[in-house]
Amino acid sequence: MTSESTDSDLADLADLADLADLNLLYTDVEDSLRESVHDLLTARCTPERVVAAYDGDRDLQLGLWRSLSVDLGLAGLLVPQDRGGAGATAREAAVVLEELGRFVAPVPFLTSAVVATTALLQGDDDETLGQLAAGGCTAALVVPFSASATSFRPTVRADNGKLQGRVTSVVGALDADVLLVPVSTDAGVELHRVDAPRVDANTVEASGTGVGVEPVVSLDMTRQLADIDFTGARSTQVTTAESGDAAVRDALELGAALLASEQLGVAQWCLDHTVSYLFDRKQFGRPVGGFQAIKHRLADLYVMVESAHAAARYAAATAADHDPDRRLAASVAQAYCSEVAVKAAEECVQLHGGIGMTWEHPAHLYLKRAKADQIAFGSAGAHRLRLGELVGLPVVPR
Amino acid sequence: MVRDNMVCDDLRSRVKALLAATDPATTDRLDFLRARFDAGLAWVHFPEGLGGLGLPRAFQSYADQLLEAANAPENDPRRIGIGLGMAAPTILAFGTDEQKQRFLKPLWTGEEVWCQLFSEPGAGSDLAAVSTRAVRDGDSWVVNGQKVWTSAAHKARFAILLVRTDPNVSKHAGLSYFVCDMTDPGVDVRPLRQLTGEAEFNEVFLTDVRIPDSYRLGEEGQGWKVATATLMNERVAIGGAAAPREGGMIGVVAKTWRDRPELRTAELHDRLMMLWVEAEVARLTGQRLRQKLALGQPGPEGSAMKLTFARLAQQLSGLEVELLGEDGLRYSDWTMVRPDIVEFTGRDAGYRYLRAKGNSIEGGTSEILRNIVAERVLGLPAEPRTDKDIAWKDLPK
Repeated sequence: MTSESTDSDLADLADLADLADLNLLYTDVEDSLRESVHDLLTARCTPERVVAAYDGDRDLQLGLWRSLSVDLGLAGLLVPQDRGGAGATAREAAVVLEELGRFVAPVPFLTSAVVATTALLQGDDDETLGQLAAGGCTAALVVPFSASATSFRPTVRADNGKLQGRVTSVVGALDADVLLVPVSTDAGVELHRVDAPRVDANTVEASGTGVGVEPVVSLDMTRQLADIDFTGARSTQVTTAESGDAAVRDALELGAALLASEQLGVAQWCLDHTVSYLFDRKQFGRPVGGFQAIKHRLADLYVMVESAHAAARYAAATAADHDPDRRLAASVAQAYCSEVAVKAAEECVQLHGGIGMTWEHPAHLYLKRAKADQIAFGSAGAHRLRLGELVGLPVVPR
Repeated sequence: MVRDNMVCDDLRSRVKALLAATDPATTDRLDFLRARFDAGLAWVHFPEGLGGLGLPRAFQSYADQLLEAANAPENDPRRIGIGLGMAAPTILAFGTDEQKQRFLKPLWTGEEVWCQLFSEPGAGSDLAAVSTRAVRDGDSWVVNGQKVWTSAAHKARFAILLVRTDPNVSKHAGLSYFVCDMTDPGVDVRPLRQLTGEAEFNEVFLTDVRIPDSYRLGEEGQGWKVATATLMNERVAIGGAAAPREGGMIGVVAKTWRDRPELRTAELHDRLMMLWVEAEVARLTGQRLRQKLALGQPGPEGSAMKLTFARLAQQLSGLEVELLGEDGLRYSDWTMVRPDIVEFTGRDAGYRYLRAKGNSIEGGTSEILRNIVAERVLGLPAEPRTDKDIAWKDLPK
């Protein structure tokens, strides 16, 4: 071993020592950001308005997203200041996602301001990036919601400069002005920009543009899917074939890392509301929350939600620092938090009893969001498999 | 971590002076430890004259590092954990000056080992129900009863002892707290063999044991208050150093997985990775809890951590036995031994599996801890109590 490599080993060790000290709590800036998002959502994003999405009413989406993206400036959080954004980090974006999860807010923050924006940051289309950052324009990365950094394969190709192919189960496309399409070429994966056709929630519209966006009746209508067909669409290349693949995978990686914070918000709401309901609800002359069979379930759920807190904050903190541990942290967070959100929502329904089964009570909004999120950006099992590779615990003998 | 330069400079010069006056290389181990105690470097957060310097607890690790670097002998804290962690802080908080002078120094040096006589066959989770009786006889007390789960009783010189001094008042009000001399002829220590085959604990029979009133800690009838303080100190230990990734039981199982590729199956792999994720998340949760404590946001969250660690240790050790397949059918040794210290991750997989069953029982059962989390963290109603405001002697037994 040369002295040079010894030095770099020592540097690696020093990095790891720093890792152990990453702040897993919230800074004052993060707290005040949370407060402003929380206040806005409390006033505007009520369960009665959110549930309307299931009946095809998308009015809440548009106005709420304008307020969050333009008035609060959240769309540009991850865009550096010299490219027109706020120059914040994944830590702040994660705090926003916690609040959006807490309200099952039907807005394209994760899909546009996190995933599509991260992909575009690696390209040279600063005009679109600036528009995204300003909030006047919304984008979607055209991949299935289930795609992860390890599983993603492009299904669109360029034929004489025009796009051909179909991508199913895309989120954020119905809200998008701009579609970012990973395109498979002989040289690799390029990222292309396509103007989204104007559609409403119930129509297929492809007239002359070569782009068909078909809304899908989705398990979670607060983040509705679309199937997208490209039949000779014109596009603009925004990354080279050398950087396109990394752009897409980095975007999906960050999506997985920060989805954990949304899942934390979902789980926290379910825990908080279940506890307060069971404190008030009386049967057999006692608060139901005083029965030990119930208390123990809630204690277990509390332990899980606290643990999800640590996992989600670590994923956000390592992503913010571009830390070498960030991929592992993202997979740990997804493998853990996706299951906790589902568990919390299921317990919320069960422990509310009959009212938890009704359309009127908001518990189902959280259950549907949590269950859909479980599949997003790679399942828990897929992330565990990947972790096995990352930490030297492979499934098959080597 | 608190790092005040002036305090650190002072600690450095005190360590230097100690080492100059008492060279660890040429001094008897105990003599050195006594000198270290007298220099105030035993536990710096204790008062001057009692082995400390009245500093914040956080400075202790700095003094320890300096002494360790000089190859000074240590007091083998794992062997005398009950004395250091439970008896000493209680004596400091409730003891008389005479008691502090008599007990603390040989406790710290390890010359006198301590044990804890709290639990009884009829008082486990409901510790305040203890029935061991102490009856006053002039300047002393006569004690009769049975205690259980007592680590180190067979090596101990002294015990901290919780007894009932007044059966005519409610159960929490009739308790008193004593130091018990384990060499009294009325003390009978018998090994209590566990499911692992070894006897890590003892049962202790107390028959007409005489304890001078000067060995009482706290007022007569205040035993519950003193015992609560002891048990709080048991849980302070959580604030220690950050655990490394794959520390503890997960590391043991992961090593088996890496060393024995022929054992791997897809089904075991998914269970292993599920637990790997949970162990890593538990590590991060501990880190987050320490960050909260450092900001002065303490709470009963330590109970939540213990719930997690107990479950993980049990699931991981159980998985390892299955992973080992045929080897999992073998057990190293059923011979009854009385171990000096307990290594949760020591010995073979079968032992670890069996020993881990205790993790959800000792130091608060997981069921009691869930009550604590539900009531003190989530604010849910307390369990209905049928034993309040009734004299202990009238309670159904």
